[in-house]
Amino acid sequence: MSALVEIRNLSKVYTRGKQKIEVLHHIDLDIAKGDFLALMGPSGSGKTTLLNLIGGLDTPSQGSLSVGGQRIDSLGEGALAKWRSEHVGFVFQFYNLLPMLTAQKNVELPLLLTKLSAAQRKQNAAIALKLVDLADRATHKPTELSGGQQQRVAIARAIVSDPDLLVCDEPTGDLDRQSAQQVLELLQMLNRDHGKTIIMVTHDPKAAEFARHTLHLDKGTLVEQAAQA
Amino acid sequence: MKYLHLVWAALFRRKTRTFFTIASVLAAFLLFGLLDSVRTAFSQASESVAGANRILTMSKISFTMSLPQSLLPRIQAVPGVKEVAFANWFGGVYQDPKNFFPNEAVSENFFSVYSDFVVPPEQLAAFKSTRTGAIVGEALAQKYGWKIGDKIPLQATIFPQKDGSNAWTFDLVGIYRVADPKDRNNEQAMFFNWKYFDEARQFGNGAIGWYIEKVDDPANADRIANAIDAISANSDHETKTQSENAFTRSFVSQFADVGLIVAGIMSAVFFTLILLTGNTMAQAVRERIPELAILKTLGFSNPGVLALVLAESVLLVLLGGLAGIALAAVVVPAMSVHAGGLLPDSVRPNTWALGIGLMLAIGLVVGVLPALRGMHLKIVDALAGR
Repeated sequence: MSALVEIRNLSKVYTRGKQKIEVLHHIDLDIAKGDFLALMGPSGSGKTTLLNLIGGLDTPSQGSLSVGGQRIDSLGEGALAKWRSEHVGFVFQFYNLLPMLTAQKNVELPLLLTKLSAAQRKQNAAIALKLVDLADRATHKPTELSGGQQQRVAIARAIVSDPDLLVCDEPTGDLDRQSAQQVLELLQMLNRDHGKTIIMVTHDPKAAEFARHTLHLDKGTLVEQAAQA
Repeated sequence: MKYLHLVWAALFRRKTRTFFTIASVLAAFLLFGLLDSVRTAFSQASESVAGANRILTMSKISFTMSLPQSLLPRIQAVPGVKEVAFANWFGGVYQDPKNFFPNEAVSENFFSVYSDFVVPPEQLAAFKSTRTGAIVGEALAQKYGWKIGDKIPLQATIFPQKDGSNAWTFDLVGIYRVADPKDRNNEQAMFFNWKYFDEARQFGNGAIGWYIEKVDDPANADRIANAIDAISANSDHETKTQSENAFTRSFVSQFADVGLIVAGIMSAVFFTLILLTGNTMAQAVRERIPELAILKTLGFSNPGVLALVLAESVLLVLLGGLAGIALAAVVVPAMSVHAGGLLPDSVRPNTWALGIGLMLAIGLVVGVLPALRGMHLKIVDALAGR
């Protein structure tokens, strides 16, 4: 498989007051197109930072980062925002749905940035909700849904614009075992059947078992790479 | 428009807070609608197009000083003067001092000079032939339920009758309408025969309150005014002749500088409103930082987030403001009936336009700081709760 994500000599330094904290040290990494990668490591190891960089939510201090052949480390804020809207879907631990919108409207959000008509947006959102098995909850607001259902709505929102890459930050961290299982199976299905490349940060080894590969980070450095059977 | 549901949903995320903020904006713009209508009524009173060919002559010393009747033929002889009418302020009260409306004793040809006050010919003839005849404006007649043939008693406050009585009774023989419906506040006056007034009053007989001259061309008004004032120069009754609009302006300014008062009150109200609404918007955006971060995560640009928050604050002020002026539009006609012509019978388009301009400006002012905060937020910090 060709590499969708190419990372070379990537470092990230945060400045907190007078202190400089190097969170990632000279990372080199290729993530193949169609991969399902679990990023594991202790708190503060730089997992989320690496995920944010790959998702274009933050910019590296040093090194290069290409996704789909495009260097995103040098993009300006506006260009990066546009790139995110076209190429990446995001899933967060706490779902991050807009509480005042229905599931349907939440899923439609990324499509507002496209030229699709209102009818097309509605239709695409309905398809995405059907894919996550929540078509019957389209008119429900997040507070009317369980945690697992909210996360599935968040996944529908992540895939509605058909991005190449899904970045998931602890997607099961706030869920019970059964809901977590459903969400992970859903991600696995999206990877297997729809070819989505997925990068998932997790603390949970059982969640990592759903991935094709697992990478371990410690103190900002890649320490181990394992492939699941 | 495709973002409207997003703005709307954000606005009503905290329904109670939004409701009370909208209610505050509504109250402020209701007050604006009422006060600006008063200001408009006062300013438009001095901008009558119909009065462009009329000039008025009164005592140079004071509006309350009389002029001799002997001036009439001399004024009529001034080149450019087409016709001269005259009038006296009567200041009578109908039933109760609260029932104020202008009432004047006028010359027979008064309605010929004031051709914008339309009186049916037979009623005008009755006015001329009835010694105690009076003509009132249609709005005034409607207010008190008067109809032709009614006797209208007025209690004099300045001019008693020869027998010392303050009770004057007039026969309503005509009802005038203004030619332009937007000038309906000019239908609040009563006019009666000067001859009857002059013969019956206890003092001041033969004296005229002011003269009204119809000129051949408004462009000649200044020259004619100077010629009229020259007649009485260096006499004990020097005159001041000015256009009707200038006269109305100076008359209105005797009450107060209405524009300044309205501007002063509204500045205080809107300043308070800006603080209140600004606080609401700041709180609303502070609570929604993670949500704005999500929008940016999904690809909304910085200007896009800025526009969303600004649209929210403008919508907040527009909702309350439009409701406030709409309420004023209901209240103003109802108040107009009891305001003796001091209020127009509707909220005028210029008040709506000024109000909407203020709503947009206030919405932008109160939204700009929260919007900038939303625009500049760093996604990773906001998502991490930093």
